[in-house]
Amino acid sequence: MNGPSDFIFYAAAALTVGSAILVATLPNIIYAAVALLFAFAGVAGLYVFLSADFLAATQVLVYVGGILVLILFAVFLSNRLADVKISNPGHFHLPAAAVCLVLFGVLSYTAVSTPFAVKTAVYLPTTADIGEMLMTRYLLPFEVASVLLLAALIGAALLSRPERGTPEKADMEEGRG
Amino acid sequence: MEALARSLVNFVPVLGGVPLWTITLLVMVASAAVVLVFALTFEGVGSLVLRKVAGDIQARIGPNRVGPNGMLQFLADGVKLVLKEDIIPARADRLLFRLAPYFVFVGSFAAFVVVPFGVGLIAADLNIGIYYVMAVTSLVVVGILLAGWSSNNKWALLGGMRAAAQIVSYEIPVGMALIPAVLVAGSLSLQAIVKSQGGLFGIFGWNLFHDPFAFFSFLLYFTAAQAETNQTPFDLPEAESELVSGYNVEYSGIRFGLFFLAEFGDMFIVAALATACFLGGWNVPFVSVAALPPVWGNLLSLGVFLGKAFTMVLIMMWVRWTLPRLRVDQLMRMSWKYMVPLTFVNLLGVSLWLLLFHGKGIPQMIASLFG
Repeated sequence: MNGPSDFIFYAAAALTVGSAILVATLPNIIYAAVALLFAFAGVAGLYVFLSADFLAATQVLVYVGGILVLILFAVFLSNRLADVKISNPGHFHLPAAAVCLVLFGVLSYTAVSTPFAVKTAVYLPTTADIGEMLMTRYLLPFEVASVLLLAALIGAALLSRPERGTPEKADMEEGRG
Repeated sequence: MEALARSLVNFVPVLGGVPLWTITLLVMVASAAVVLVFALTFEGVGSLVLRKVAGDIQARIGPNRVGPNGMLQFLADGVKLVLKEDIIPARADRLLFRLAPYFVFVGSFAAFVVVPFGVGLIAADLNIGIYYVMAVTSLVVVGILLAGWSSNNKWALLGGMRAAAQIVSYEIPVGMALIPAVLVAGSLSLQAIVKSQGGLFGIFGWNLFHDPFAFFSFLLYFTAAQAETNQTPFDLPEAESELVSGYNVEYSGIRFGLFFLAEFGDMFIVAALATACFLGGWNVPFVSVAALPPVWGNLLSLGVFLGKAFTMVLIMMWVRWTLPRLRVDQLMRMSWKYMVPLTFVNLLGVSLWLLLFHGKGIPQMIASLFG
């Protein structure tokens, strides 16, 4: 299986990088969101190559089904709905380029100088192990993360709660609307 | 897949010269094609059955012109959808307008790959089966949102937003209600879940009768899934009387056809998951299909699975033509205030049951009473 799997790996990598470039450069923000979808799909493909099936599905479920939908909702609700030209203008090109160059240098130096342990992928189920680790060794970080998310959820509910005393909204709440 | 390719090479020695991956790839493409043909046939025949059922329930005849009793209506519909002009509105976003139906169709069809049709009939027995279904169907939401927005039409946009909000909300109770089946089987693979429901007890081996919580979670699943696939009484995204026809109002020809096919495909996926997770899947009561000769075992289990799944589809259609539509705020309240907490309580109940009774269901406990 060496020939085609190499090809698929490079295709997935190219998809990820290419779409990521499009996300950063496309002027239309909806197009950028769609490009982000393909970048997520490419990353999910790379996870499959690392024999992390559960992680790949999680990537699609959380990022495509959650984050991307949220981004689309935010764009649709915060702009004039009928306006097709939702734009994504660029500012501060020079400072951004400098920061990016430095970051690129650091990342590529790390990538080249780190001795990565290259192993042949073993395609074994990972779900049970992940679950066990989350419930034993990484229980505290797992719970801290869920408390953080809960706090965010309560905050969002508080922000979007209708003001008390507004007659129509009170009616809707009681189901008489 | 690779094992299948190897056995094919052993069977037909001429293929020995071809690299194994080519044969594996061909086997994959062939099995995907078989599943696609099944999905499209189901979606076509399903549309006819839906209209016939609607006719019966509303005391009228339904389609009766094309072929005997209108039986060939779906072929005529298919030809019409393919031949009709594909109109793109002048002010629409052309690229996304064209792309959106594919997202919806791919998201719906990709789930068919892990449906366990029979004892050996599954296109890919992924060990994350159920989770995979939940993941790929999230592509449908993106497609619907983009379709609604790119049409540049307020009905379409409102329909798209409603659909996305509804699918995202009901995804949670659907996923939570499926977990009891996963817990009982101890695996996410649909084939393993089906196998865990076989054995000595016949239909009482089904997860449906495992314990009261599992029974209840089947009802929760079925209700939430009906909402997740935008079926009446939860068809607010379409709501003909308010929104014309929702996110697909500007579509015509085969692009409309893709939305339509995806809708029926989702219906089958819901029925198939209900069958596999709660109704025993392809298990035949008191017959070990795995021990039969492969051809008969597969045919028998395929028949049993499709029989159960189609019954579930018929029940969905029956509900669809019986109940009136909910209002948008009622729909959201039902999901977040009632179904989500109920599924959490249910999940806790099943977990406690499995812990307290060492994974035994009610049938096993009754059986152990009598030795």
